Amino acid sequence: MLSIKNLHASIGDKEILKGINLEVKAGEIHAIMGPNGAGKSTLASIIAGNENYEVTGGEISLDGEDLAELAPEERAHKGVFLSFQYPVEIPGVSVTNFMRTAINETRKANGQDEMPANEMLKLIREKSELLEIDRKFLSRSLNEGFSGGEKKRNEIFQMAMLEPKLAILDETDSGLDIDALRIVANGVNKLKSDKNAIVVITHYQRLLDYIVPDFVHVLYNGKIVKSGGKELAHELEEKGYDWIKQEQEA
Amino acid sequence: MSKYTEDDLKIELENKEYEYGFYTELESDTFPIGLNEDIVRAISLRKEEPQWMTDWRIEAFRAWQEMTEPEWANVHYAKPDFQAISYYSAPKAVDPNKTLDDVDPELLEMYKKLGISVDEQKMMNNVAMDIVVDSVSVATTFKKTLGEKGIIFMSISEAIKEHPELVRKYLGTVVPQKDNFYAALNSAVFSDGSFCYIPKGVRCPMELSTYFRINQAGTGQFERTLLVADAGSYVSYLEGCTAPSRDENQLHAAVVELIALEDAEIKYSTVQNWYPGNKEGKGGVFNFVTKRGICETNAKISWTQVETGSAVTWKYPSVILKGDNSVGEFYSIAVTNNYQQADTGTKMIHLGKNTKSTIISKGISAGKSQNSYRGLVQISPRADNARNFSQCDSLLMGNNCGAHTFPYIESKNPSAKIEHEATTSKIGEDQVFYCNQRGIPTEKAIALIVNGFSKEVLNKLPMEFAVEAQKLLEISLEGSVG
Repeated sequence: MLSIKNLHASIGDKEILKGINLEVKAGEIHAIMGPNGAGKSTLASIIAGNENYEVTGGEISLDGEDLAELAPEERAHKGVFLSFQYPVEIPGVSVTNFMRTAINETRKANGQDEMPANEMLKLIREKSELLEIDRKFLSRSLNEGFSGGEKKRNEIFQMAMLEPKLAILDETDSGLDIDALRIVANGVNKLKSDKNAIVVITHYQRLLDYIVPDFVHVLYNGKIVKSGGKELAHELEEKGYDWIKQEQEA
Repeated sequence: MSKYTEDDLKIELENKEYEYGFYTELESDTFPIGLNEDIVRAISLRKEEPQWMTDWRIEAFRAWQEMTEPEWANVHYAKPDFQAISYYSAPKAVDPNKTLDDVDPELLEMYKKLGISVDEQKMMNNVAMDIVVDSVSVATTFKKTLGEKGIIFMSISEAIKEHPELVRKYLGTVVPQKDNFYAALNSAVFSDGSFCYIPKGVRCPMELSTYFRINQAGTGQFERTLLVADAGSYVSYLEGCTAPSRDENQLHAAVVELIALEDAEIKYSTVQNWYPGNKEGKGGVFNFVTKRGICETNAKISWTQVETGSAVTWKYPSVILKGDNSVGEFYSIAVTNNYQQADTGTKMIHLGKNTKSTIISKGISAGKSQNSYRGLVQISPRADNARNFSQCDSLLMGNNCGAHTFPYIESKNPSAKIEHEATTSKIGEDQVFYCNQRGIPTEKAIALIVNGFSKEVLNKLPMEFAVEAQKLLEISLEGSVG
């Protein structure tokens, strides 16, 4: 599904990604771990098409289609979803209105008619129950005055609404207390199928107790330096990232 | 598929034409350019006005000659040459005695382009419409239905003839002839506009609406609106404006007077979309307007405006809260783009006890435009327990525009409570990217963000207008996100 080959990217003069290779197949969950500043969020932003970063080499493709030429919204229309580490506020735009616009723009781009209002309402009801979201919350302005946990839960609610092919969860666990973490992880697990794939970016192993990955990759200094199964996450938790750093510098 | 960047969007939007920029070939009866007492008399004569009206105009003209154009607004433009304007232009086909069916087909075609076919208007529920093209009111619909309730809604020229006692009693009582330079000019040369009277205790069953359009080149439009809501009555009034795209600046200097007698309520909504000039700042309408209302005891006046057009705007819809317990409201969205300049706001003059006013102003600036809010809240010594709440929010798009706020507060009563809040924000790239990531293209994302920003004001508009206003916001923002 997602294929990244020798990806290099920089912001300004600074090279952040220095040759990333990653293959994600449908039905898989991949975790990308690594110390702060390793380039995890940069990788997520680049897959989503953030133009603040310059791709200087390599390629990213989704189902064999090169993403480089696609604008962020076109990537979204093809099923790429990014759960933001720091979701932005959009005052005066309710969660519902935002979701309706997002869904209908995506349908329009894919040659479909707008979703009828009753269908939309049904979908909202279903997905808000999945994430245990109070429906009053949905008429609030997007992310405005939301707590850290509410923001993250709202991101996963949007993922549930949009049903993406490839979901990238960037530090979704940060800001969540243990109950919220369980609800969010539970939601993600229910959305998982053999037709979609999830890339979980996290600093800690904690989230991976709930969303169990098939593969774990360690990103360090712009490169994937280690890959393995879910046991790698535990090893990291035990030994800390210093272990990776020492190995790399040795 | 190629990448669609913000730059592409910018180019696309810059090339987007002003949608209402057509000119309709109508045979017109246009006065020679220039202004003197003879012209003023000629206008009055052409309109078959009574002597008192002619005298009133002459008085205003003499006052105007002694006045100079105001300089205090935060706008810069080449002053109009008042001797190079024609002060009267009427489409020839218009005969006040004719019915709608006799209206010039080209004129009807023009309404269609404006999206307000008169036939449709006739059928549409709850909107009665008066249409002013250049200087003359050409069609007032629903007169009969309104007449049954005793509501008078007609062009002001007709009202001067048919209801001189009402016009004479109220004209100039809120905006005196000598009020300011443009009001004096308007008082001297106004050619048409709307008059509306709601009798005691009557709730006007439909929205009343006036559509203004400048068509003829080199003419000024000076309409005069007088709206009287008698004791205990209610009316909601809508006003829309467009003009063809022209290279030269056209002058629009209107006066609107609202009178809300005891317990009456007036809602006055404007969607102003005069031609703003091209992207280099050439042409466009100079919009110098005086709008003011007066509230007697327990009365309420609400101004709601969506200002997207005009090259230069100078406009302060105000309320004089004369009666005790009266309420004044001002809800405004002002959008400027390219080289547009707007200096707009309100004045809330608290004279009565327990008077309340609310000001919500949303300024959106893009391109190289300058957008200023200017507001006065004045509490007189006898206005015990007066309250005001003001909120002025500015949204900037790009790095070359300006937002300015000039609030003036004069309180002479210690029991007054005045609150003022102001914010300035920028549409962030991160907001646009967030929307993009959810599948929303940049143009739509900006519209969404701007609509969200303006929501408190958009919600105040009557339904029919709210939709049009949202579309206008989208068209006007030749989105420069940076």
